[in-house]
Amino acid sequence: MRPLAEARLNRRKNPLQIYLPIADLPVNVFLVLGMGLAVGYISGMFGIGGGFLMTPLLIFIGISPAVAVATVSSHIAASSFTGAISYWRKRALDIALALMLLSAGIVGTATGVWLFTALRALDQLDLMIGLSYVTLLTLVGAMMIYESLRAIMRTRHGMPAELRRPGSHTWLHGLPFKLRFKRSKIYVSAIPVWAIGFVIGFIGAIMGIGGGFLLVPMLIYFLRVPTATVIGTSMVLTLVTMASATVMHAATNHLVDAVLALILMVGGVIGAQFGARTGQKMRGERLRLLLGLLVFAVGCRFAYGLVVRPDDLYSLRHVAGG
Amino acid sequence: MRRFLTIFAFFFLACGTGPAGAERLVVSLSNHRVAVTSNFVGEDLVLFGTVEPEPATGPLRPPYDLVVTVSGPPETLRTRRKERMLGIWVNADSREFVRVPSYLAVLSNRPVKSITNQDALRRLQIGLDNFLLPQRIGPDLGDTARDEPFRRAFVRLQTQQGLYRESGTAVTFLTPTVFRTAIPMPAAVPTGTYNIDVKLFAAGTLAARTTSALEVIKTGFEQYVADAARDYGLLYGLATALMALIIGWLASVIFAKD
Repeated sequence: MRPLAEARLNRRKNPLQIYLPIADLPVNVFLVLGMGLAVGYISGMFGIGGGFLMTPLLIFIGISPAVAVATVSSHIAASSFTGAISYWRKRALDIALALMLLSAGIVGTATGVWLFTALRALDQLDLMIGLSYVTLLTLVGAMMIYESLRAIMRTRHGMPAELRRPGSHTWLHGLPFKLRFKRSKIYVSAIPVWAIGFVIGFIGAIMGIGGGFLLVPMLIYFLRVPTATVIGTSMVLTLVTMASATVMHAATNHLVDAVLALILMVGGVIGAQFGARTGQKMRGERLRLLLGLLVFAVGCRFAYGLVVRPDDLYSLRHVAGG
Repeated sequence: MRRFLTIFAFFFLACGTGPAGAERLVVSLSNHRVAVTSNFVGEDLVLFGTVEPEPATGPLRPPYDLVVTVSGPPETLRTRRKERMLGIWVNADSREFVRVPSYLAVLSNRPVKSITNQDALRRLQIGLDNFLLPQRIGPDLGDTARDEPFRRAFVRLQTQQGLYRESGTAVTFLTPTVFRTAIPMPAAVPTGTYNIDVKLFAAGTLAARTTSALEVIKTGFEQYVADAARDYGLLYGLATALMALIIGWLASVIFAKD
């Protein structure tokens, strides 16, 4: 009597189920909303976009990696815009530096979208997404864990937790095309600024991450941007690269699912508000240790997926319809 | 709508004739149009019909066997196989299945192998093993043996998604000449025109055959969004980005503490 039971199940319309027009599959609204809330909470707590968590989660519930990457970019644009507005109100962002980063960031995003399209045609996009996640997340995660553990040890021994901004000149300061950024009080060459902008824009488009968790350390360590303006500035860059990634992914690959994006955004911005309150109560180095562990764990999960023999060696991909 | 269906019923009465034989099939479908809406989780369509003697006063020769083949709009799919390279699993070999049905259901009153001989099954393309699934082999198109690994994987993956199925118990004969079957439409059913091919067998030979069709359409908001994404990619992207900004701005207004 199995077919009969199945038929009865089929006929029932589920009001919690919503059909995603681009991902082409039905999902539970509350599941996706809950994912938005959870990731939003984490992103608010650490002051990051949360794309590196959201993209894998979407892949896990059955959305194709390509649609997940393209859709998450719009979700990050929404949450970083909220963040950017609040930092703007506090005057904690450096517009001149953000614009410089952006000029290279957009080029990076366009290059990323182009490579994304090319890899998709070669059937190697999923592999590329997986490999970039493993390399980037395990490395960055390990570095964050190491750095925050050292800071925690230092406080145990009664020393100040924060590393003093080293004032010494590095080889980066010897490069030409020097520019002065008044609000951040730095005087640096345009070359590393452009390089950082390009890298963030590029990996954002390929991996569906805003890159906040990469950009903030890069700005601090390479450009010596003070902590007062670093997060706000990083959010402006994230906002613009992710908004342009949304437009470019939609125009070239037609993979952005607006319905999915809307549910994620609503959950994300609400979750971020609560996360931000939790984050303010925690000590900086503890927060960085937690984030490092999280980043590292996601990286390991991807590594596991690549190394372990898949349940099914075969997969299907649509080449053309009708 | 009811009048429309009545006309449809007459249409089937008129054209439900098969090859020259002693039987004629009359079939009708519960619904010729499946609308995929936002809360669509799949639907069963009921096909019912009778076996009529031809001419009207002629003899009938039960027991009969019935095979209903429903095939969805054609699409081209690539089947990829992962292989281990430098310790990780990557897509290596692939085969392209060209213009194969996106949906294929073979429904019968008993397993197709017991209805008629292998030769007839092959000729009439009855059953998933015998349906023609052309692959691109170099510059040519051709179907392979049914045991070929890529073909087997393709059928298995489509079956797992509920898009391909073969059931030897799906057709029920209510009386020796009246039958019904349910055509399952899964949630992820592709849109387009579906062909229904109904074949009647008497003592292992084809006695009558008729065809019908149904249409699966996306309706409402989903269709609008999907069309917009495909036809106006740039505008759609700009609209999505704008939506992101509006939501982000709204959140900052609603949750502003000061």
